[in-house]
Amino acid sequence: MEYFELLLLGLLVACGAATCLTKNLLSAVVIFMAYSLVMSILWAILRAPDLAVTEAAVGAGISSLLLFLTLKKLRDLRRKAQEDGTEKES
Amino acid sequence: MQGFWEQVWNVRIPIAAVLLFAVGFVTLLLHRNLLKKIIGLNIMDTAAYLMLTSFGYIEGRLSPIIQNGNTDPALYGNPLPAGLVLTGIVVSVSVTAVLLALTVRLYARYHSLNLDEIYAMAQKEHGLG
Amino acid sequence: MERKRSLKERLRDWDADAFDLTNEIAGPMHPAPAALPERPKDAEPEDALAAEDFRVLRRAYPILAALLGLMTVVFLLVAVFDLPPFGAAGTPTDNEVALRYVRDGMTETGAVNLVAGVILDYRAFDTLGESHVLFTALVAVLILLLKAEDPAIDDEGTLTLRQDRIVTTAASILVPIIVLFGLYVILNGHLGPGGGFSGGAIIGAGLILYAVAFGFSRLETKLNLGSFRIICLAALWFYSLSKCYSFFCGANGLHTVFSPGTPGRILSAGLILPLNAAVGIVVACTMYGLFSLFQRGKI
Repeated sequence: MEYFELLLLGLLVACGAATCLTKNLLSAVVIFMAYSLVMSILWAILRAPDLAVTEAAVGAGISSLLLFLTLKKLRDLRRKAQEDGTEKES
Repeated sequence: MQGFWEQVWNVRIPIAAVLLFAVGFVTLLLHRNLLKKIIGLNIMDTAAYLMLTSFGYIEGRLSPIIQNGNTDPALYGNPLPAGLVLTGIVVSVSVTAVLLALTVRLYARYHSLNLDEIYAMAQKEHGLG
Repeated sequence: MERKRSLKERLRDWDADAFDLTNEIAGPMHPAPAALPERPKDAEPEDALAAEDFRVLRRAYPILAALLGLMTVVFLLVAVFDLPPFGAAGTPTDNEVALRYVRDGMTETGAVNLVAGVILDYRAFDTLGESHVLFTALVAVLILLLKAEDPAIDDEGTLTLRQDRIVTTAASILVPIIVLFGLYVILNGHLGPGGGFSGGAIIGAGLILYAVAFGFSRLETKLNLGSFRIICLAALWFYSLSKCYSFFCGANGLHTVFSPGTPGRILSAGLILPLNAAVGIVVACTMYGLFSLFQRGKI
């Protein structure tokens, strides 16, 4: 169990570093989601089941969902601006 | 040398929490991208929560849910850090939501996620800089 | 002839109200500017500190930031080695407070799950503030992302979701299970792991899945801005008033109508079950509201 815990800790630090080093924002958000999930498993091992349930629902679910939605919204805004720009030129 | 590694093993979770905190902190300071800054802030948050949770864990004790009406304090872990962290998680998701909304508004105005570019454009608009 | 401004003045301007970006984004959502600012594709990224005076500051910033991060890590690591061993009993955190909560928590609050007892009975004021933080965040996002009621800038067309058969079929099976599981987590908050926050987030996720699969139109008749206001305010008022009552009675040594009951029963633990339900309602509404605002700019 201790080695599993050590493995999870290593995975956690690796995920954290990978989130910050990734250039692509979409992959950064996906890795952040995995990070939250690993964190919730670690909390289940640390005998805090309330935290594990909450982190899995809020951190991995809602936070990442909001980040995804922001990315989608930014893409829509960019597309709209480009369309408007081309219309103006023509 | 043996003693040193034993000491490292004894505080393994706080060390991981410190490393995660550092990763989040450096991301927050050095990345120009607003979304990356927000993710870095979230990593800092969870690092602090990991540290707090590790204080509530006591080797060989159960999670703080009473089993069969047995209220022997030597049987259960500490319920207090879990309660504090539960509050923190929800506050951090609120902060994330507000920051993301601000980011969307800034992008709609300036079409950039780079904080320096946004500042430069704002300076230009006001005839300064 | 215009005098060259000194470094001090420029620094002050840089920090002045004119650059407070909150001024730029206040008010209702602007339609996006017609065109992107003119900028050659391969130009150097513009920089706030590009001006002559700030060249030194600009070069020094990454170095200083890295140095600050490094110093933080070193200090924290040195401090961490002085902590008591991880998982040991009898550490300073394992003190009389925890002892008291574990020993008397069940008889005093009636909750089998001691964490629920701590956050909703001993420290309920904290949780009330937390619910208000969540509600305030929703209000802030509402201010920032709510679109003006102007049909000219309504871009509903670009933001509607593509209906997918797989998603629709899977959602019709999963949504009832998810919502039921969320209700279970909320109602069992005082008996096992879970409670208002996690259960509310799960129900919110179920509502979001429903909206993704079947569109907002079906949910809109029940969940709109008006009903949101009523539901959230009713839950927060219920929480505040019931806690006022129990604080008043507790401080004056009066007998309350909410008794701890038999620990382990579903209808026990006094106020904890209704408070969990109130928190769960606020959290579920907030999560769905945030999704709706980010997705299409209105609730």
